[in-house]
Amino acid sequence: MQKNVLEYLENIVNIVPGKAAYADDTTQITFEEVFTRSRSIGTYLYNQGHTNEPIVVFMGRHPRTIVAYYGVVYSGSYYVPIDEEMPRHRIELIFQSLNPTAVVCDQETRGSLESYGYEGKAYLYEDMIQAEADEEVINSIRERQLDIDPLYIVYTSGSTGVPKGVAACHRSVIDYIEGLSSILQIDENTVFGNQTPLYVDACLKELYPTLKFGATAYIIPKSLFLFPLKLTAFLNEYKINTICWVVSALTMISAFGVLEKDPPRYLHTIAFGSEVFPIKQFNLWRKHLPHARFINLYGPTEATGMSCYYEADREFLADEVIPIGKPFPNTQIILLNEDNQVPKQGETGEICIRGTRLTLGYYNSFDKTNEVFVQNPLNKAYPDLIYRTGDLGRYNGRGELLFVSRKDNQIKHMGHRIELGEIESAANLHPDVQAACCIYDDRRSKIVLFYTGSVTTSEMAQFLKGKLPRYMVPNRLKALERMPLTTNGKIDRVALKSSVSQ
Amino acid sequence: MEALLEILEDLHPDVDFESCETLIDDKILDSFDIVTLVADISEEYDITIPVEEIIPKNFNSAKALYALVERLIDEG
Repeated sequence: MQKNVLEYLENIVNIVPGKAAYADDTTQITFEEVFTRSRSIGTYLYNQGHTNEPIVVFMGRHPRTIVAYYGVVYSGSYYVPIDEEMPRHRIELIFQSLNPTAVVCDQETRGSLESYGYEGKAYLYEDMIQAEADEEVINSIRERQLDIDPLYIVYTSGSTGVPKGVAACHRSVIDYIEGLSSILQIDENTVFGNQTPLYVDACLKELYPTLKFGATAYIIPKSLFLFPLKLTAFLNEYKINTICWVVSALTMISAFGVLEKDPPRYLHTIAFGSEVFPIKQFNLWRKHLPHARFINLYGPTEATGMSCYYEADREFLADEVIPIGKPFPNTQIILLNEDNQVPKQGETGEICIRGTRLTLGYYNSFDKTNEVFVQNPLNKAYPDLIYRTGDLGRYNGRGELLFVSRKDNQIKHMGHRIELGEIESAANLHPDVQAACCIYDDRRSKIVLFYTGSVTTSEMAQFLKGKLPRYMVPNRLKALERMPLTTNGKIDRVALKSSVSQ
Repeated sequence: MEALLEILEDLHPDVDFESCETLIDDKILDSFDIVTLVADISEEYDITIPVEEIIPKNFNSAKALYALVERLIDEG
């Protein structure tokens, strides 16, 4: 029985050693190179005394970053990706809450790492891959590792302003990769075009199936997502046939008419998720790529990657929503109403997830973990955890699960999961801000921040760019004389929301 | 040009669009901005920006973007 994700690599390196595993527009790394380099890194880190601990990988969007992840796993530790493009304040918060003793960086990022005043050990990728791999060391680490040991920690938005680190174990990821591969029908001919950042769990979709089947994953440069014709030229040049993208990246192509001018000729599997796909745009894709499979995916980071899927193989009307369908194999979805009971057919309930892919919870935070990873209220007999997503769902007449809305102030914007509270906390950090309230304009897909205080919108924009990731910086800033309040004296979110949705 | 600057400043109140000539090179604009800009400009000037024109050099500065708008109006 497989208990470690590295077994995928150890199997495939004997089958297709010389094939490109991970590549971008300038470099490629073969399976043989992934294998030798990651074992070198693992041996090196272990010999420096690092095992069974979180190790930060502070590197950019590059194939070698993936090799660094596997290197950390070979050392018996778990990787924590931090990308340079995260803002300084967020990186500082993660360093504070994690307190790592080791960071892996490369020539490109070492200078930037020094500027954070991090005082632990920093190891250079380029040095470590020169080290001799020690078979004995690697084997003894593996013997001790269990499938319930952490594989990674990824950070997600937290409503109080502090990001939460979700830790997932090998067993959960293996279960996910097995299910995902059969749903997407991945095989050795798959050529992935990766869009999602390497520091979120979304990239599991490309990383591990590539190892399992000896496929190839291209890391698409971020700048191409600004210019749709360049993007499809890239897809065609590298014969990319499988993509798992956020909806906004897909609509960028269809809305500008690229599907008529230069369609992606090799694409046959298109997975998307995290956001509502405007039906008009979806139908354009179906019309121009009639033989491709379109799969809607849904899932929170806390349940390892994606939990539900729906193959969108029928026509949709303009006012319809594409379902999130049904759970992955070996995963159960339970809807619960406010009385912790299963609602009647067709009625709304909170989407709760049960299965081996529930992650270990939030790192260094038992309180937050225990709020949402809870005993299944339908089971009074033995310990049985479910994850409460905070998403509301219901079943349609065909028995397909539909996403309805959120219970709280969490939103999805450009494929990213964002707590509006985290944006408000960041705005409130400005000494001259009195009150701040953030709302999401669903119709225009814009984050709008209202605030009071003697701060110009220009100062505010600059301030927030230093505190928040780019995708969380509000798209509109509105300085108000006075905040509208409810009769209870709280900020009137409803009034602010209706003021932008007119 | 005024209307265009207003659209840009709405997106990034902290950027000096009259002088900045590296909007793409310095990653000031992201893909969300490009989509918003194309929609807002099309509406404001009643033009269609063909996808062939959505290339880095047309979006690197307000000046370049305005030159594109004028050219599209002339061709209109």
